[in-house]
Amino acid sequence: MSLDCGVFHTRYESDMGLRPRPLQRLRLGILALFVLVFPFVASPYWLDLANQVAIATVGAIGLNILVGYTGQISLGQGAFMAIGAYTAGLLALNFGVPWGASVFAACVVTAAAGTFFGLPSLRLKGLYLAIATLAAQEIVEWGMTNWTAVTGGTEAIVLPAPVLFGVRLNTGFNFYWLAVLAAAGTALFAANLMRSRIGRAFAAVRDQDVAASVIGVDVFRTKLLAFATSSFFVGLAGAMIAFHRNIVTWERFTLSTSIVFLAMIIVGGLGSIRGSFLGAALITLLPALITNVGRAIQDTAPQAASLLPYAQQAVFGVVIILFLIFEPRGLSKLWENAKDYFHVWPFAYRRGETRTG
Amino acid sequence: MDIFLQLTVSGLSTGMIYALAAAGFVVIYKASDVINFAQGDLLLLGTYLIFLSVAQVGLPWSLGVAVTLLLAVAVALAVERLVLRPLVGEPIISMIMVTIGLSSVLRGVTGAIWGPNPRSFDSFLPAGDIVLGPATLSTARLLSIPIALAVLAGLGLFFRHTRDGIAMRAIADDQQAALSMGISIPRVFGVAWGLAAVSAAIGGIMLAGIVGVSPNVASIGLRVFPVVILGGLDSIAGAVIGGAVIGLLEVYVGFYVGHGLNLVVPYVVLVLVLMVRPYGLFGKEIIERV
Repeated sequence: MSLDCGVFHTRYESDMGLRPRPLQRLRLGILALFVLVFPFVASPYWLDLANQVAIATVGAIGLNILVGYTGQISLGQGAFMAIGAYTAGLLALNFGVPWGASVFAACVVTAAAGTFFGLPSLRLKGLYLAIATLAAQEIVEWGMTNWTAVTGGTEAIVLPAPVLFGVRLNTGFNFYWLAVLAAAGTALFAANLMRSRIGRAFAAVRDQDVAASVIGVDVFRTKLLAFATSSFFVGLAGAMIAFHRNIVTWERFTLSTSIVFLAMIIVGGLGSIRGSFLGAALITLLPALITNVGRAIQDTAPQAASLLPYAQQAVFGVVIILFLIFEPRGLSKLWENAKDYFHVWPFAYRRGETRTG
Repeated sequence: MDIFLQLTVSGLSTGMIYALAAAGFVVIYKASDVINFAQGDLLLLGTYLIFLSVAQVGLPWSLGVAVTLLLAVAVALAVERLVLRPLVGEPIISMIMVTIGLSSVLRGVTGAIWGPNPRSFDSFLPAGDIVLGPATLSTARLLSIPIALAVLAGLGLFFRHTRDGIAMRAIADDQQAALSMGISIPRVFGVAWGLAAVSAAIGGIMLAGIVGVSPNVASIGLRVFPVVILGGLDSIAGAVIGGAVIGLLEVYVGFYVGHGLNLVVPYVVLVLVLMVRPYGLFGKEIIERV
């Protein structure tokens, strides 16, 4: 939690508030207004993309709680989302559980699974933990495709569309409200979590686990709690994916899913909720953007269409590399820089002059 | 028994290709503490470069191999200089993600150039079979084992006897002390990436000879992790033993147990090793523990 440039708090309430300044409230208001108006003006294509961004935001915030806030690298995001999606899907399909209850069950089951896979963090950290979660991902992936009796193997599971107050949430417009609500709720929860005792413990474990244990943080318990909290929201994202298209297939939850979500929080900003959203938006919209560019130049360059998937893959990699080299703190930091610049304008301090002088 | 022999040869030859990829991984990890998720893509690059120089340009085999190795080294050096060096000293997550990004770029570029379909061409490895008692063994696979072993032995000798190899071990041991003894760290990092590229490219060339050229080759990159964890992250000998064990385990389980279990068994081994002996069979017993 960084201090804003040029802002001096004079009261505790404003120091502790989530968004204490009028300008921050104004920006939040504008964002809320945009979110409310957007579905009425957007085409179904953009609505669908917005729904994907909202789902990705939930997943990215979940992953950020683990990786960004607590410093535990996980390559098992896809596996956790799979557990959420399959739990929700199978409960709704085979046992007729109402969709709301099955989504909640998915969150709880994923949290339990996450805690289990977090157990190696008792002994392993850094690189070794990353490799252990990679193995977990591969094992769950194998289970998804081979445990045919339960998951249906490589066949897709088709679910009934969720119904809320008599409205079937099978259109992009109807689903949008649910997705936005989930994303906003997750963001609010995470923001408050990081102001709490538990959130501070997460950050302490990330920054110096030995020091954290010296000041009385139970490191192992905190790590497990981070795995559980993170997986809860990752499971929510998985369940939302299941109900978004009313279909569950294993292809949505492979290792590349894990990588895409890691890319979101790297590009957006580790340990930042705003960053989780910005990263989720950029990484979700980037392939769509490239596809649109490809379609636009299709007439002049007919071979472009066949190159599209490769262009998407290469650009994805280039974006990750460029952010890591030039702005490791991601879009969130870029936004902060812009904000700070205008906040103290025209008295911004200029780096070049102070360095040479 | 004859089937068992065939499985063993097939498993060992696959295992030696794993070992070549893993040895490159180990060299990079040893010198610069970078976990290279793009190792499989270096292998992929090797298969496509040999395909390019022999089948598409029409060079003779010996020249083609030389060109492939040179180009692979050039790519690796460029990657080290442009992508890895700005990130020296960054946290592990950045190192992991940057090599993942690199892997994505390499896959995108090779895919854009050579497309999704597998290609085949006349191998320099003889195509026939050798009949050994009751068993019929593929000559190409049989030959690939000593070739790989020779390359790996060469790497081992390099570490033991050359100036750069010893410098690399010094850096792995204590970077500060190595720096103060006048060892050029950028040079050693460059040599490490170059060697990793050579090792992976040779693996790729042999793969091109045995199974042909296809984008699926890159998936071997993930098989490297069970191999290096089993053998020890910083040991070439460990990479050889680990590669052989994982390769054999895959074919045995695939044949005698089935159910696609061969795909998952390396990772089960990985988890078991991490639980029991996280530094692997031959690794240094220094590990980040909590």
